[in-house]
Amino acid sequence: MSGPAAKSAGTTEPKAAAASASPWRLAIEEFFASPVAVVGLVLLLGVVIIAVFAPWISPQNPYDLAQIDIMDGRQPPGTQSMEGLTFWLGSDDQGRDMLSAIFYGLRISLAVGVVSALVALALGTVMGMVAAFFGGWVDSLIMRIVDIQLSFPAILIALILIAVLGQGVDKVVIALITVQWAYYARTVRGTALVERRREYIEAATCLALSRPRILFRHLLPNCLPPLIVVATVQVAGAIALEATLSFLGLGLPITEPSLGLLIANGFEYLLSGKYWISFFPGIALLVTIVAINLVGDQLRDILNPRLKK
Amino acid sequence: MTVYLIRRLMQAGLVLAVMSVLVFLGVFAVGDPIEILISPEATQFEKEEARRALGLDLPLWQQYLVFLENAVQGDLGRSFVFNMPAIQVILMRFPATLELALVAMLWTVLFGVPLGLWAGLKPNSVSGKTIMAGSILGFSLPSFWVGLMLIMTFAVMLGWLPSTGRAEPVTMFGITSSLWTAKGWAHVMLPSVNLALGQIALVIRLTRAGVREAMLMDYVKFARAKGLTQRRVIGVHVMKNIMIPIVTVLGLELGSLIAFAVVTESIFAWPGMGKLIIDSINLLDRPIVVAYLMMTVFLVILINFAVDVLYSVLDPRVRLKDSGS
Amino acid sequence: MTETLVVENLATHFFTKAGVVKAVDGVSFRVGRGKVLGLVGESGSGKSVTGFSVMGLVDPPGRIVSGAIRFKGENLVGKSEEAWRSLRGARIAMIFQDPMMTLNPVLRIDTQMIEAVQAHERVSAEEARKRARDALGQVGIPSPEERLKAYPHQFSGGMRQRVAIAIALLHKPDLIVADEPTTALDVTIQGQILAEVQSLARDTGTSLIWITHDLSVVAGLADDICVMYAGKVVEQGSVDDVLDHPLHPYTNGLLGSVPSRNRRGEPLRQIPGMTPSLLSLPQGCAFQTRCPRADAACRHNIGMTELREGQFVRCVHPHQEALA
Repeated sequence: MSGPAAKSAGTTEPKAAAASASPWRLAIEEFFASPVAVVGLVLLLGVVIIAVFAPWISPQNPYDLAQIDIMDGRQPPGTQSMEGLTFWLGSDDQGRDMLSAIFYGLRISLAVGVVSALVALALGTVMGMVAAFFGGWVDSLIMRIVDIQLSFPAILIALILIAVLGQGVDKVVIALITVQWAYYARTVRGTALVERRREYIEAATCLALSRPRILFRHLLPNCLPPLIVVATVQVAGAIALEATLSFLGLGLPITEPSLGLLIANGFEYLLSGKYWISFFPGIALLVTIVAINLVGDQLRDILNPRLKK
Repeated sequence: MTVYLIRRLMQAGLVLAVMSVLVFLGVFAVGDPIEILISPEATQFEKEEARRALGLDLPLWQQYLVFLENAVQGDLGRSFVFNMPAIQVILMRFPATLELALVAMLWTVLFGVPLGLWAGLKPNSVSGKTIMAGSILGFSLPSFWVGLMLIMTFAVMLGWLPSTGRAEPVTMFGITSSLWTAKGWAHVMLPSVNLALGQIALVIRLTRAGVREAMLMDYVKFARAKGLTQRRVIGVHVMKNIMIPIVTVLGLELGSLIAFAVVTESIFAWPGMGKLIIDSINLLDRPIVVAYLMMTVFLVILINFAVDVLYSVLDPRVRLKDSGS
Repeated sequence: MTETLVVENLATHFFTKAGVVKAVDGVSFRVGRGKVLGLVGESGSGKSVTGFSVMGLVDPPGRIVSGAIRFKGENLVGKSEEAWRSLRGARIAMIFQDPMMTLNPVLRIDTQMIEAVQAHERVSAEEARKRARDALGQVGIPSPEERLKAYPHQFSGGMRQRVAIAIALLHKPDLIVADEPTTALDVTIQGQILAEVQSLARDTGTSLIWITHDLSVVAGLADDICVMYAGKVVEQGSVDDVLDHPLHPYTNGLLGSVPSRNRRGEPLRQIPGMTPSLLSLPQGCAFQTRCPRADAACRHNIGMTELREGQFVRCVHPHQEALA
């Protein structure tokens, strides 16, 4: 409702249900009200299940040299390997089953994305809390670093770090953490500053509860909704950035073939029409990111207090 | 206003200084540059000689000062692949990158703003919803993969556009660009569209949100109550308000476009500095890497600064508040 | 004499997901030339939507579903957008509630005034500017020439409202719809603005619809009064009749909640409860849930009855004793 409608028709009666049910339950109910978000959630669950169980559900272990045969290389989707295995999504230049390679790649991509997002979340939350709680020069220093860092494109920061640190899984994860932490820090600080002025924090302070207790038992839970929203967006961003770096040959090494590397491998065959080596890993990447974004979009709508009223 | 600008300038200088320390430490101090700079066959004596000649026997902080002094004078070392001053190699490649980024910016404005406007004015229509769905897709699509798909579709399958390279630049009116020729446009088409997609999605969302918010404002209703045409209400009252955040974001995104050109240039073999940096990282051509990073950081800082100034010019509220104090 | 505005059985509904909101449901009133009508009600009573309906500015999901808005004899309901536009700002002008929000923050005052002139008259920018300057002077803005070049945020709230009033007066409209134009202002400024609008309207013969929740504002300003509750008019008549002897319990309640010199020492009374949701109105009289006189008879719909000459009320149990 908008404009005059909201003014004149504003319902003054609170929903009866709102008073009794917990806010989390309401949020969950609201989430399932959007079919698009549910589709996103189902897709996301599918992706996660595939990633977790990749070794058990893949038709072959694409990195076990005994199982692959270079003579099966670059077969289009649907052909059978010499050992009778069907390449539903074709095979790459080494004769790997693309479907299996994608399952394994998804596992690596997701792991790197989630791990880096979690570490960044922890780091950013602590920094944001520290900034909000101590204020003064600590706050200015941390927030200035955050501002400056956020004014640079993520890929530039990643490039700088990789140029300085060199390549490798750990370096990529470090780069991804560095790119992300500032968003969490800013979110936590913003929310914490608002929450700090609320009565319940004052009440807790009056009860002479210890600082850490106030921070973690009272303040943190209230910072969670915006953090969850930021985290979903950030996981998607981290996965995309890792894939980009790997595609450029600056990300994960060949021993840890993520989706980005699979796509890069197929690049040279694309021009000769062998699209499947790049195409299907890209679709897997796309589905993963879209699923996360759809879920994130809906979460933002539900958890954003500004849109609530 | 001036106080604010001076403060921003000082901050920009500080960032640049911090960045130079970082890059210096990372690229020069980690590992022995001699191993990279001198051929492996050199004798111990030759190595010592080179070490002294390059000032590498000095304490680290003195080395940094020397590096800084050279950097200020535009000397960021010599590329050992091209055997030329690194900054010169970068500057040679820079126009191609700028050209690509500007064309991408053009698409962003040309498509992002009108589509966002439409989606904002008709949020519940099928077309409005389609635009928004498209923008979510534009957000989610990994840019490098889209690049491959563009090549596959338009270059390989349809054969409409060239997939790689840049046309020979031509100089007209004192500007050297490949865009003076039709061939130039054909070559820039796929990479610029690729680079622009994410930005278009961003601008659509931004414009839509701005329009929807502005349309609910009293001043829009009041403008209509004055009897203005819908065209003028949207074209002047709404647009002028939402253009401020849009111009700001677009300005900031120019830096992003230049940085992300790394990916696009690698895919489309566009001979800009983005492709150069990837090659240089792989070839361990460290002076080029340093020169690129310093140059891009400098550009981003410059752009941010310019946008800040632009913002205060565009928004009367900011402008006057500052001049008053 | 033809009336400036006659509204007959106007119904403006909002078609929301939660259901049809009957924001305005069968409202009728008339405003004579040079007269001031006070449209009174709590927020949610539909008084603002009535005002916007008269301007043809009801946005989706809302629309006028039935009734007539006769402006100088001509029914505006169903007119094309262009027909509405040519009236808006020219013959029917509007002043909004919050002066901080009504002027576009990024456009200069002259831009916003000149466009208003040129929307209805083909005059040069120079001529339009002169008209704008005169209008600013008319509403008491000092050094109008310089102020034209200013941006809205350089004005105080009261000054901004004067600018808005100047814009409304640019084309000497026949009718001005003023939607709580003084609510957001300081009391002293409120008084000034009220006095000025009143004298300007009297001088130019402009009719006014003054929308407010504050009976004390209309008491000194309006000729007639129209009390709205939940989308319907519950009582209307001349300002003296209605304020001196209100017939509807709701009007009575409203009067009881206003501090008054006549009842010094008496406690202020408050109408219990809240405005009901327009989505779930009770059967019959909408006020029955809060009314001290309500009984089973109130569950039937009842029309307006003329209990005194010129004073109409929609109530089963009106305050007849006031008539005695």
